[in-house]
Amino acid sequence: MSSRDRILARVRAAVAGAPAAPTPSRDYLASHTPNDPAAVLDLLHENLADYRAIVHRADPAGVGPLVARLLAAHGSANVLAPTGLPPQWLASATPVRVPDNPQSTAAELDGVASVVTGCALAIAETGTIVLDGGPAQGRRRITLVPDHHICVVRAPEQVVASVPQAMSRLDPTRPLTWISGPSATSDIELDRVEGVHGPRTLEVILLSE
Amino acid sequence: MSGTFVGMPAFPPPDPPAFPRAARDAVRDTTLRENLRHATHTIRDKRAKAVAELADWQQLREAGKRIKDHTLRHLDQYLVQLEESVTTAGGTVHWAADADEANRIVADLIRATGETEVVKVKSMATQEIGLNEALAAEGIRAYETDLAELIVQLGDDRPSHILVPAIHRNRVEIRDIFLDRMGSWGRPAPDGLTDTPADLAEAARLHLREKFLRAKVGVSGANFMVADTGTLVVFESEGNGRMCLTLPETLISVVGIEKVIPTWQDLEVFLQTLPRSSTAERMNPYTSMWTGPADGDGPQDFHLVLLDNGRTDALADEVGRQALRCIRCSACLNVCPVYERAGGHAYGSVYPGPIGAILTPQLRGTTSEIDASLPYASSLCGACYEVCPVAIDIPEVLVHLREKVAGQGGPGHRLEKAAMKAAGWAMDHPRVMAAGERAAARTRALHPKRPPGATAWTDSRDLPAFPEKPFRDWWKKNRS
Ligand code: SF4
Repeated sequence: MSSRDRILARVRAAVAGAPAAPTPSRDYLASHTPNDPAAVLDLLHENLADYRAIVHRADPAGVGPLVARLLAAHGSANVLAPTGLPPQWLASATPVRVPDNPQSTAAELDGVASVVTGCALAIAETGTIVLDGGPAQGRRRITLVPDHHICVVRAPEQVVASVPQAMSRLDPTRPLTWISGPSATSDIELDRVEGVHGPRTLEVILLSE
Repeated sequence: MSGTFVGMPAFPPPDPPAFPRAARDAVRDTTLRENLRHATHTIRDKRAKAVAELADWQQLREAGKRIKDHTLRHLDQYLVQLEESVTTAGGTVHWAADADEANRIVADLIRATGETEVVKVKSMATQEIGLNEALAAEGIRAYETDLAELIVQLGDDRPSHILVPAIHRNRVEIRDIFLDRMGSWGRPAPDGLTDTPADLAEAARLHLREKFLRAKVGVSGANFMVADTGTLVVFESEGNGRMCLTLPETLISVVGIEKVIPTWQDLEVFLQTLPRSSTAERMNPYTSMWTGPADGDGPQDFHLVLLDNGRTDALADEVGRQALRCIRCSACLNVCPVYERAGGHAYGSVYPGPIGAILTPQLRGTTSEIDASLPYASSLCGACYEVCPVAIDIPEVLVHLREKVAGQGGPGHRLEKAAMKAAGWAMDHPRVMAAGERAAARTRALHPKRPPGATAWTDSRDLPAFPEKPFRDWWKKNRS
């Protein structure tokens, strides 16, 4: 008998005669936040900042100059832009542009200072941005290996209040990365240290019309 | 080794001491006790705040409990569905009845890639089966990449906590381990390394980055597997998980069969309860979800090894099977007065604390001295049940397992006393312990608001289900 069949047979024998299981309940809240886009955006801002993301606000005219300023302040010599990134986001930036090349190795990415991406959505109650590899986001490793990540969230259309609202909008067949603040560890005497392996600095731009 | 093997193969003595003896040694170690006390109290206070933010916490807890119970009741069906979904998504599913088989499957998969090094995400399942040691025996080096696991691995040590495995080490000890040992595993620690956490984390970053950038094979566990979509989920903080799940060409995930949940929507419950129970955060910094290999993004070859290793034995126990609901948040460790005094090593398995006291003896049976002693490593105060996000009635299972141990002619009562004494608990609070245990059990029908004495370590909000009869009374009547 294969291990598969053995395990399944053991499972069936183990639960034979067990009482019927209760049906999963869903009487928890779909959201903990009043349905007010401005308040939801403020909550997102607050919760992102609480977990040490650096949060900025911009309108469509201001986003390009803001990105340029952030890259300059970080001293970045180059910046990686995934295909599909709206060109105006990087229109004022001076650092050398590195294309998102499928052939580029992790070691090459290690030489990239900053990356600018969009996102799939952002969750206000938890201060989370979710990437799903969509056009303005690129492969998972481009937001992982460089040390500085600037992520642009379009409000209100990409902002949801809660985790349940996010789940119903996400496509599980895509690789998903949920990011809540920069990489952090509390393994040494529970002292929180930011930036062990992922980007040490996460900047989020909340872009509103 | 015969029977089910649940961890700790390399460094501990081949026959780990039973809980009372190990706990006594731990209690004498004042550094360890101080580190642990600080850690558990810090996390438990933060957890209470994070949980209080959600008005529907009890509904989420009930939903989590029911999803898990429903899945366990139909586990065969969901495992088959998961296998189908993962296969459709382009992954390969393997089934492992025990530790040896799982280790052999993983070693063969790695050998097929021609590699002799792998990077690992922290995973209880691979610790449970002793994967690193099994791979070492095959000439394959497995690098732990979680900071705490790195500290443990470099220090030839054992993890002592589910969430923060090196919590028994302080910063000075960690600096010394890095200075002494990093060089023999790869990039040495920087000269003049200080003991500030930021410097230590930076040393780990540099040491591990060279491994991530050249890794061809990653090994992980998973927090959840979604049957209807074939999605695997890993929660983490540092980004080492993302490195291991994203950069290698081949990814091998070893996951206990109880980690499956039926639907994508079910995940929304645990995405809310796990981080808050575990690290007391609204959300942990990184969560990765993948459904088979993705075209041009991440590993192109994905293998899932489904692990039994005693889980079907636990499933067959009608009281004990609720332990399989566990989502490994570690909240129960942080509120346990016995864990706080005894430390994780005293439990002699990769699963310490209250959950270890009920899970380990079920996974590997109660024939050895350490396993027979584990159900006694508790004061039955009920704090663990109260914080558990999937409402596992740990005291109920403890009493049930004690009956089993007593029934096999085990050392029984003597062990309970010894365990409590060793943990310094009964000696500090003899009256509280007896009173709390008795009162809680006798007034079960009256739904006591809080057992006497429980206020010291918990703010009792819901009702722990205490055993029908206090264990002491039961023992007096039934001892043979
Ligand atoms: S038993 Fe409950 S509280 Fe303890 S680790 Fe498991 S899920 Fe968390």
